[in-house]
Amino acid sequence: MEMVNRPYASAFEAYAVQHPEVLCLSADLTSSCEIDGFRDRHPDQFLSLGMAEQNMLSFAGGLGLAGFRPFIHSFGVFLYRRPYDQLMASIAYPRRKVRLMGFLPGITTPGGMTHQAIEDISVMRTIPNMTVLEAGDATEVESIVAEADTVDGPVYCRILRGSVPRLFNTPLRIGQMRVLAEGDDVLVVTAGIATEEAMRARAALDAAGVAVRHLHLSTLKPFDAAQIVEHAASVRHGVVTLENHLVAGGVGSMVAEALAEAGLARKLVRLGLQDTYAHGGSKPYLMRYYGLDALSLVRAVERVTGQETGITEEALCAVRVDAVHSAVKAEAL
Amino acid sequence: MRNAPRSEDIASAIRRRVFEHAMRNNGGYLSQACSAAEQLAFLYNEALTLGPSTMPMIPPPFGGVPSAQNPDYVTGAGYNGPAAPEYDRLFIAPAHYALVAYACLIEVGRMAPEGLEMFNQDGSSVEMIGAEHSPGMEVHNGTLGIGLSTAAGLAWGRKRRGERGEVCVFMSDGEVQEGQTWEAVQAATHHEIGNLWALMDVNRQQCDGAMDDVMKVGDIATKLRNFGAVVAEVDAHDLDALRQAKATPHDGQPLIILAHSSPTKGMDFLMRRFPRLHYVRFKTAQERDEMNIAIARELGIDPIVLEDH
Repeated sequence: MEMVNRPYASAFEAYAVQHPEVLCLSADLTSSCEIDGFRDRHPDQFLSLGMAEQNMLSFAGGLGLAGFRPFIHSFGVFLYRRPYDQLMASIAYPRRKVRLMGFLPGITTPGGMTHQAIEDISVMRTIPNMTVLEAGDATEVESIVAEADTVDGPVYCRILRGSVPRLFNTPLRIGQMRVLAEGDDVLVVTAGIATEEAMRARAALDAAGVAVRHLHLSTLKPFDAAQIVEHAASVRHGVVTLENHLVAGGVGSMVAEALAEAGLARKLVRLGLQDTYAHGGSKPYLMRYYGLDALSLVRAVERVTGQETGITEEALCAVRVDAVHSAVKAEAL
Repeated sequence: MRNAPRSEDIASAIRRRVFEHAMRNNGGYLSQACSAAEQLAFLYNEALTLGPSTMPMIPPPFGGVPSAQNPDYVTGAGYNGPAAPEYDRLFIAPAHYALVAYACLIEVGRMAPEGLEMFNQDGSSVEMIGAEHSPGMEVHNGTLGIGLSTAAGLAWGRKRRGERGEVCVFMSDGEVQEGQTWEAVQAATHHEIGNLWALMDVNRQQCDGAMDDVMKVGDIATKLRNFGAVVAEVDAHDLDALRQAKATPHDGQPLIILAHSSPTKGMDFLMRRFPRLHYVRFKTAQERDEMNIAIARELGIDPIVLEDH
């Protein structure tokens, strides 16, 4: 599998230099958000707002009022917890074209509770006028910049940084989910880093004779409930969701709401953080500890089908995940 | 000689109109009219370069909140004229001053008196706490402390675009208790946002009472200067002093005028309520009648004719 180094840095710079009304805002996490090179090469398009997120969000609202499209860079958690009032009043309500670039989503940071955005999707998707996107691989990180900037209103994006695997060879498109497998036993719905884990599990499940239907979501709001319901209706046993987030309010909740509103009865297992904070640690450790990994997904699929697969952790480690090529079908909203 | 009305007269008319409204509606933000009448009159009548209103004299009803499904949404900013490059912009940061701001719009001919009859009525855009869609408002400022930050962002953007118009924030002194106000001042000075200025009504009062009892804020002027702002201090009821303060050079830095005001100016009878002045209600009909006679006399008008209550 190809690993891409700092895909956001190059994608943002390439896009922003072509769009002078795009401004790059930072709150003292400039290199941590991979925009240090941009700051150095394009200082006129860069605004340092210091460790003062409340002001930064209202300030960005004012920039939006002046016709600019600010890209705010910080850790996701700092974009909504402290400055929630400013997010509501200065950005979301007036539909400013502010692009909130949230780095280190969920447990992708060893920073512990204060740094881990584990309820950001839950918070953001309940905000009227807000669009919510999440990148799941390097291609999506690269394409989320231009795609987010097409939104007529505010948009929150979960961004992956550093060395990011390339899973897809088609760009992220708002409103389009990726159908990564079309099995008819169990529906698996994932987003963000959970998708790579699910691809690992899927390969082992395939070998064990369980046919998985796998959806990858990069648009979390607006949520395509009709497509989810259609896919859920086409599998024999039930649905498993896996997300780098609390199961309350995230993908698991969205799927549950979709099934309930459609009156479609399907067994549903929601994997993710189960009403708990996380602590600091490495990504693989935390994914294992909190049950966000491929093995947890396999066990959840077994619960849904009622049949053990015999898949072991060793078997999962041996699975090779290849990039998904053009066989992948992107479905429109 | 100017043919335009004098700001002094507009200020008096604002007090009278707010008083009349409060009498008829069993209470209101009377104290804010006392402290801010000259300041708002000064802004609309002299200090700001504003184009003619683009909105109907009688405010339209509430037209829905901003959403993708509401393409006809407009803010109340049109009452301050078009958002053209050469014109100034005004934010009323303490949105509970709305009643006073609406009265000012009427006195400067930007809204019909009937507009005030819609104040706080269901389905009206003339809301009690000024909303984005309320006459004269452009952004939501109901949570105190966000106005100056938003204005700083707008001013930075206007400066970048080379627009001549400035951005002005009418502020309240209670806002200096909010941390965001200081974040905004530090950002405005760091980024040298010199096309930003604020007029702060320093009446030393807040919802719970006198600020010194609720939360001491110390010497606001010194604190602001230490954060890098240019500060002028004046008597809020002295229009010549306001004019001089506005002329304070503040090249490349925001100007903040501290307008020291009396929360009972023109209605000294209200001192009986001190320090509970934030929103004046009448506990009894007798109290209302007493206040009606006493304050009307102070304002030089006849008592307001009240319906039976």
